[in-house]
Amino acid sequence: MTTLELRSGDPSDSLVTPSAALGIFRRPLATTGWKSWVFTVDHKKLGIMYGAVAMFFFLLGGCEALLIRLQLAAPDNTVLSAGLYNEMFTMHATTMVFLFVMPMAAAFANYFLPLQVGARDVAFPRMNALGFWLFLFGGIFLNSSWVLGGAPDGGWFMYSPNSSALFSPSHGVDFWVLGLQITGIASLIGAINLIVTVINMRAPGMTLMRLPVFAWMQLVVQFLLLFAIPVITVALFLLSFQRNFGAAFFDVEQGADPLLWQHLFWIFGHPEVYILILPSFGIISEVIPTFARKPLFGYKFVVFSGAAIGFVGWGVWAHHMFASGLGPVSVAVFSVSTMLIAIPTGVKICNWTLTLWGGKLWFTTAMNFAIGTIVLFTIGGLSGVTHAAAPADTQQTDTYHIVAHFHYVIVGGAVMGLFAGFYYWWPKMFGKTLSERLGTWNFWLMFIGVNLTFGPMHILGMQGQPRRMVVWPDKLTGDGFFNLGFWNRVASVGSFTIATGVLLFVINVFRTARKTEKAPLDPWDARTLEWLTTSPPKEHNFDSIPTVHALDEFFHRKYEEVDAEGGSRLVKVKTAEEVQAELNAHPDEHMHLPSPSYWPILLAFSLPIITYGVIFNLMLSVFGAVILLLAAFGWVLEPSVAGHDEYDPPADSGDSTKELASVG
Amino acid sequence: MSEHAEHAEHAEAHDHPTNSYFIWTALVLALFTALETSTYWIDFGSFATPLLLILMTIKFFVILLVFMHLKYDSKLFGAMFYIGLGLALGVYTAALCTFQFFVK
Amino acid sequence: MADTTIHAPGHGTTTGLSNNKLAMWMFLGSECLLFGGLISTYMLYRGRHEGGPGPAQVFDIPLTSVSSFVLLMSSLTMVLAVNAAKAKDDRNTKLWLTVTALLGSLFVGGQVYEFTAFYKEGLGFTTSLFSSSFFTLTGFHGVHVSIGVMMLLALVAIISRGRITGDKAEAVEMIGLYWHFVDVVWVVIFTLVYLIPA
Repeated sequence: MTTLELRSGDPSDSLVTPSAALGIFRRPLATTGWKSWVFTVDHKKLGIMYGAVAMFFFLLGGCEALLIRLQLAAPDNTVLSAGLYNEMFTMHATTMVFLFVMPMAAAFANYFLPLQVGARDVAFPRMNALGFWLFLFGGIFLNSSWVLGGAPDGGWFMYSPNSSALFSPSHGVDFWVLGLQITGIASLIGAINLIVTVINMRAPGMTLMRLPVFAWMQLVVQFLLLFAIPVITVALFLLSFQRNFGAAFFDVEQGADPLLWQHLFWIFGHPEVYILILPSFGIISEVIPTFARKPLFGYKFVVFSGAAIGFVGWGVWAHHMFASGLGPVSVAVFSVSTMLIAIPTGVKICNWTLTLWGGKLWFTTAMNFAIGTIVLFTIGGLSGVTHAAAPADTQQTDTYHIVAHFHYVIVGGAVMGLFAGFYYWWPKMFGKTLSERLGTWNFWLMFIGVNLTFGPMHILGMQGQPRRMVVWPDKLTGDGFFNLGFWNRVASVGSFTIATGVLLFVINVFRTARKTEKAPLDPWDARTLEWLTTSPPKEHNFDSIPTVHALDEFFHRKYEEVDAEGGSRLVKVKTAEEVQAELNAHPDEHMHLPSPSYWPILLAFSLPIITYGVIFNLMLSVFGAVILLLAAFGWVLEPSVAGHDEYDPPADSGDSTKELASVG
Repeated sequence: MSEHAEHAEHAEAHDHPTNSYFIWTALVLALFTALETSTYWIDFGSFATPLLLILMTIKFFVILLVFMHLKYDSKLFGAMFYIGLGLALGVYTAALCTFQFFVK
Repeated sequence: MADTTIHAPGHGTTTGLSNNKLAMWMFLGSECLLFGGLISTYMLYRGRHEGGPGPAQVFDIPLTSVSSFVLLMSSLTMVLAVNAAKAKDDRNTKLWLTVTALLGSLFVGGQVYEFTAFYKEGLGFTTSLFSSSFFTLTGFHGVHVSIGVMMLLALVAIISRGRITGDKAEAVEMIGLYWHFVDVVWVVIFTLVYLIPA
């Protein structure tokens, strides 16, 4: 064991150093190369990794969608067999929901929450790293089912009896159950971490009512995750005990109630819907005021309606089950509560629209995507309200009308919002601006593509085309305007239009990476705290933690009110560079950052071993559990901040600026 | 922020329960448990179920408020827990209602 | 923290509250929904025991009462440990943590005995919906207690060897919160599952 010599005579240096505490590993100290990424606990690096991996899964899920649309592009088509088709739509939905939209929102949350609240990192940096690795390993585990006997094929909400061993004899459903358990743990610890960060790590003066709306919406989302994840954890455990250990929780033949699964799934599943959309609401609430050059109309309304959506979102789950015979009272109650939740959502749409009203609009790509989000989400939201009416919903359940609805809200709402975030924050994250020309093409192709793909599905659904239908025979398609074949072909063309748009984005990313031209410090004349630091931000985020005096702090540091004829008006008195120089004139003296660690990735790695063991050989699980236990011990024994003797040259000793959790 | 922290420390120094207070609390809890268990031997008739539910609720909150210090700690800690507890009660009671659990 | 100054937990945070404790309370709030789901599943299925014994036939109330009492007393020893840790009394902290772990082990031992007895009476995990949901619910609770016992023993070892990172009293308090929560869940299970007749 090679411990570093203690370099100073300070008696407190004899406190535990990680190397001495463990006797196994010295702490990773690389600041460049792959090691600086794999062992990092920096929220910005983790945010970028979340984003990159989520983008990979987005492309994968997109390819699955294209295969589905290819299969449905022609009558009696044979691109996919019926079995493969089932696997394809199950994995398409699972990938898009759990491996793209959720982690991509987590990527933005990781990167920007600490910056927006004025913190040096999240509250539990090692937990943050653990969350990312669990997500990555869970995603790989889930997708490894393709080559290990077949992917899950019961649909993304895995209703009984489709989920039972009788109807799904491959290991696919087992991979699905266990993979979602792993990503569920990732979401849960991520949620706890980010909530503590927002509650406890804010800069001086950053009251809750001065939080940027993105931070607020993420806070609501993390609370939803915190309380929704355990519900699906229960459901998944019950299903895996049924499939692996012979219990019969959802097996009707043995007297079980299949509705139990539906309840547990949707008690989780409906908050999940808001988990998907609220981050995008947060993003466009940042983008729209910036490019309308006006403060957000009714900040408090947007915040509280977001919280209201989060709360009421817990009382509407059974509207997914109107066709399952709940009984008239239950249906009536859930029908009314579903109509109620449209109110706070409508409030938000009014607020965004009124922010645009009278603003000096600047149609950048980010702004285009934000406005696209409002338009498309409103369409999806309106068809959603019609589903709250149980009699109509009973007609439309399990038809393409539902498919149209939720793709309008998820692709048109959530995904378009995330793209607004890419274009808006790219210069902050990478110091270079994405090409606006390619971006404009990217936006219009996606916008038109979404309408072309999912618009016709309303018609298909009203005509009765069932969801998850593998093939349509030519002779049953009907005539005239309502010809199913025609609209299916349009939808398939539309899906490739979206794909072209996404491809342009990928090209844009690579071209921007090769560009040498730096982005201006404040390219959009932005409003919130993350723009107060350099682009990309330094490892410690801020040279000096700013004191916050107002909502839209950065804007108010640049602009001042001056008296003019007919009242006062805002005039730009300082550039972003000047504001930043002013802040950095007195840098904080003692900054202690969380130190990199081997334990998060090691601990995360033990989980897929355990889950592979559950499927193939329980001895493997035991082996995984031993690694888990050892990693947990190593974790606990390692202080989250390295002693200053571990730096070379040694860091200056002193007070840490923020307390970092010992177990974090 | 510092004001709040000082206040919290101040409160803790004064209100922190002593060992004997904990022992008395435990004795009361033990007594309640004995009372609960007695329903197995003594027939309380239709009073049994409400009595058991009340005793359970009292024990639940005594442990929460005294042993887990919620009574002496910041309200924020309690809020985190009560939101979870409230949601759990709400959604699962509603779900059991749809199964007609309480009318059967 | 290997820092020159060790601060009280909560120093320098916005609310003045400790990050760790806040996180622990959130985790416990989230656990309410986990156990709520398991309890509801049991409630739904407790009457479905065709082809096997039902609750009334297998439950051994005297034994479970003793177990419940043991777990309740472990909560007392846990708060004594927390108080000792706050008074920086390492000897008593370790003593009460060890006693708590022993009482916890006793409870788990009782559960193993109970499960074995049920199995001999013909109530296996897959016998009926009642048995599956019963074993799942109480099993999850048992696993929580076992993890608690492991954490308590690890804490004793770490304190003995002086290798604790961060604030010692807070570490004891955190594990204490978890431990009491597990006890609170048992208070609910004992009443709803064992005492109130189906």
